[in-house]
Amino acid sequence: MDRFSWTSGLLELGETLVLQQRGVRLYDGEDKVKFDSGVLLLSTHRLIWRDQKNHECCIAIPLSQVVFIEEQAAGIGKSAKIVAHLHPASPNKEPGPFQSSKYSYIKLSFKEHGQIEFFRRFSEEITQRRWENMPAGQTIQVNKDPQAGRIRAVGIVGIERKLEAKRKETDKNISEAFEDLSKLMEKAKEMVELSKSIANKIKEKQGDITEDETIRFKSYLLSMGIANPVTRETHGSGTHYHMQLAKQLAGMLQTPLEERGGIMSLTEVYCLVNRARGLELLSPEDLVNACKMLEPLKLPLRLQIFDSGVMVIELQSHNEEEMVASALETVSEKGSLTADEFAKLVGMSVLLAKERLLLAEKMGHLCRDDSVEGLRFYPNLFLTQS
Amino acid sequence: MGSGRGDEAGRKCARAGRKLAEVVPVSAAMSFAWPWQYSFPPFFTLQPNGETRQKQLAAWCALALAYSRRQRLPAMTLREAQDSPLFANRRLQRKLPPEAIQVVLEELRKNGNLEWLDKNKTSFMIMWRRPEEWGKLIYQWVSKNGLTNSVFTLYELISGDDTANEEFHGLDEAMLLRALQALQQEHKAEIITLDDGRGVKFF
Repeated sequence: MDRFSWTSGLLELGETLVLQQRGVRLYDGEDKVKFDSGVLLLSTHRLIWRDQKNHECCIAIPLSQVVFIEEQAAGIGKSAKIVAHLHPASPNKEPGPFQSSKYSYIKLSFKEHGQIEFFRRFSEEITQRRWENMPAGQTIQVNKDPQAGRIRAVGIVGIERKLEAKRKETDKNISEAFEDLSKLMEKAKEMVELSKSIANKIKEKQGDITEDETIRFKSYLLSMGIANPVTRETHGSGTHYHMQLAKQLAGMLQTPLEERGGIMSLTEVYCLVNRARGLELLSPEDLVNACKMLEPLKLPLRLQIFDSGVMVIELQSHNEEEMVASALETVSEKGSLTADEFAKLVGMSVLLAKERLLLAEKMGHLCRDDSVEGLRFYPNLFLTQS
Repeated sequence: MGSGRGDEAGRKCARAGRKLAEVVPVSAAMSFAWPWQYSFPPFFTLQPNGETRQKQLAAWCALALAYSRRQRLPAMTLREAQDSPLFANRRLQRKLPPEAIQVVLEELRKNGNLEWLDKNKTSFMIMWRRPEEWGKLIYQWVSKNGLTNSVFTLYELISGDDTANEEFHGLDEAMLLRALQALQQEHKAEIITLDDGRGVKFF
């Protein structure tokens, strides 16, 4: 029963009514469902069931979902039935009364007979597959039952339908909005191709264009984010720009680092550097790439990445492992410390304080007490005390 | 302490005219000698550092065995374990979290000191002495007293006058059976069915 969708009951453009039968009850596999008394309509495209008492309650399933059908003869106290075996529900099916079903078939129970004729016409429609020739379009009024025609937004069904309509609308708007952006992306692509071709031409005509103009053009390329094609580094991300930047950083950060105990988080560096530059701000990506060049260029600073992913810049002379030994002393003096308390004592940022304590734990000098009171570090008595 | 067994034993002793060794119910957990780790808050957090964790788990296993021996712990559910003074130190306001308790129980099981009593692993029994070790003690007593090829009822072994001074006197019947099964494996005993229960023959 999870292949059914709520519907207005209106036939779509191109859809024709074939047969209808009153007094039909639906079964989800072997289980009775609440749809116990309704009109079953067979169209060229769908099988529709509408509740006889409440015309608002109307569900439908596309005929394309039906694999095959078989008859189940009437018994004592049991009406004749048609068993319809179904394909699995499609993922973009309209919402219906059931989210899931353990059965892949339904039963139509004809309490007021009519099953023989219905089965005949049902088989015909499935065989002829007229829905493939006439794709259904907008809805038109069905003359049989005018009352069921209107989509009235009442009850939960109404709310569900409204939400669905709204979602579709929003989806459409977003797609439209991004359409412009995709056009822009295409243009940008063209721009890049153009500059690349010009760059190549420059390369070929090296002799004709003056050194000065070439440099100017190359800097235009750089500002657009295209690395100089002539002097591209063979090693990964190293570009001339980043190398220059790395040298600049080494000079700029020496003093601040010494003031902060030889170590700073990359976010602190980012803020400091950009505040100093004022106008030509650095992107985070450029900063990271430049920092990655610090060690290869043998500059007095280096980029360090902790296990947790935190990135820091530290002076070459800075030795975090030594710092750990002094951290252990501090923690031992106080019995136990949280990252906050430790940061205040030593005068460093909480982030770096925590990293230092974690490193000490990793090296086996400290152990942790994790409770509702917070995370506290103790000297590792497990190893020191027998 | 089952009153049924007590009555039976009492009657038997009255007949024999000898005093039955009293089994004193163990007093509150406060008289138990807790190790230093029990007052160390990090003991109740599963340590991420491998080496530290090994030491921690070893300490937990030793504590669990000592506590279970002292308190004569019966079978327990996980729920009961979480609230037991063994894993929850009220004075320190620290409890070993359920996942960590599971790790400790698994460690005990690996060492042969714990048995799960059901398929879903909801209740368990801590065996501070392994069944094989009990079996060895019992067999030592049997052979020392020249009692091989004798038949005993389970009751006689646990509550009989002859075993009054033995360590296995007063042993839980389920535990005794496991011990005898271990001996059976070694072909040193055979568990048999008697008129009014079970017994064992030693070889």
